[in-house]
Amino acid sequence: MSDRKWLQVGAPIAVGIAFILVWHALVVMNEVPPYIVPSPFLVMKTLAQDWGLLSGSLLVTLQITGAALALAVVLGVALSILFVQSRLIEASLLPYAVILQVTPLVAIAPLIIIWVDEPRTALVICATVACIFPVITNTTIGLRSVDPGLFDLFRMYGASRMQTLIRLRIPSAAPYFFAGLRVAAALALIGAVVAEFVAGTGGTQSGLAYQILQAGLQLNIPRLFAALILITLTGIALFLLVTALARISLRRWHESELPREP
Amino acid sequence: MSAQTIAVEVRAAEKVFANGVRALNPIDLVVREGEIVTLVGPSGCGKSTLLRLIAGLVQPSAGRIGLAPEARSAGLAFVFQNPTLMPWASVERNVRLPLDLSSVESAQAQDKVRHALELVGLSDFARFYPRELSGGMQMRASIARALVTGPRLLLMDEPFGALDEITRNRLDRDLSELCAREKLTVLFVTHSIYEAVFLSSRVLVMSVRPGRILEEVAIDEPQPRRAAFRITEKFARLSAGLSGVLATAMQEAPA
Repeated sequence: MSDRKWLQVGAPIAVGIAFILVWHALVVMNEVPPYIVPSPFLVMKTLAQDWGLLSGSLLVTLQITGAALALAVVLGVALSILFVQSRLIEASLLPYAVILQVTPLVAIAPLIIIWVDEPRTALVICATVACIFPVITNTTIGLRSVDPGLFDLFRMYGASRMQTLIRLRIPSAAPYFFAGLRVAAALALIGAVVAEFVAGTGGTQSGLAYQILQAGLQLNIPRLFAALILITLTGIALFLLVTALARISLRRWHESELPREP
Repeated sequence: MSAQTIAVEVRAAEKVFANGVRALNPIDLVVREGEIVTLVGPSGCGKSTLLRLIAGLVQPSAGRIGLAPEARSAGLAFVFQNPTLMPWASVERNVRLPLDLSSVESAQAQDKVRHALELVGLSDFARFYPRELSGGMQMRASIARALVTGPRLLLMDEPFGALDEITRNRLDRDLSELCAREKLTVLFVTHSIYEAVFLSSRVLVMSVRPGRILEEVAIDEPQPRRAAFRITEKFARLSAGLSGVLATAMQEAPA
């Protein structure tokens, strides 16, 4: 690894370690009881002890997040393609996508949970609503951001709509799509957690948010922290996954992923 | 086909854009088979518009544009101002595009791509991506893509305008040889007097917008042109003459 890479990886880790140490020191010096703020080592211990319970919850939250993100990508990209094919469709549907986006999820989630019988499906729908918008807007802009010269070229060679879509519009949209996906991945997780909170006992009774809810009620603050840390780690892992996907897809040609000289 | 066969015939074609801008006054123009005809003129005089009319990218507001049957569809190729390559595809796949769009069978397409890359001297760069090539090489790839369908008529819109002079001179020379060997008919737009004199059999000088053809200058020198042509007295004389004609064109007030 180059010096620069070490800096990129090492600096945040150093900050993290310092943070944990300061946290521990403050808790110990001020004798803060664990039901207010547990020490980081107690949290880690709890994480290990409760792993059986928490890992199951993690899996549930991951499944909901993953399903929602996949659904958002499929639906979002399909809608964007429709929008680009016809201004009429875009003009008719886009306002409703905006309405979905601007209405707070916590306000819609209870309705979705009441309407949809199967709790897991309801949660996936909530999380999808939360994360589909950046996929739609970014992909739509991308599909329209076609080099006019290339567009003329395709026209001159008599390319069909389908050929233009597959060979020109979709590759042009890829960098925009991935930028949207990065935002959507974070929103999917937030959506899943918020939906679980709202659903409470009406939900699947097993996700990480549910564990946080239960731990809060039982004043089991170390477990609450442990679940919180798992959610954070999931978010980071998702972000890294999407970043890696973008890199793999774009590194040969797009400026955003070209290797930079130090 | 005799040298007198008409490849392009433009009769009283004019163009007024939807926003009311008159880009071209009625224009008559004939390009014969095997000729290299250059359009020069002040910026915005409608040279590119004329080329796009002939390519069918823009419809004329009035008048008629006729192409020889050999110069229609696959027989016609356009080289843009910019290389206009797909950045996500290798040189090979870029050059192959016109064949892919008309569903040419794969093995046959492969042969044609190889041949086109050979013609422009890019055989060793087939797997490179556009960003890995210099500006001149990107332009060569663009020309290879134009040649891959085996066109009879090449329409070139200031293809070398963005390149340094040394690269441009080299590409001009290679183009001249290529056209003579492949018996191509070329309609070429440029800002450069020297490029026009070096390449063309005839130079058409256009007026400021709305464009019309002011004057025709014949360049009586056998094709293909050699690099040595540039340093002859004849070249200097022709360039000076064309420069004078162009200076007059620049002063012309819009009609």
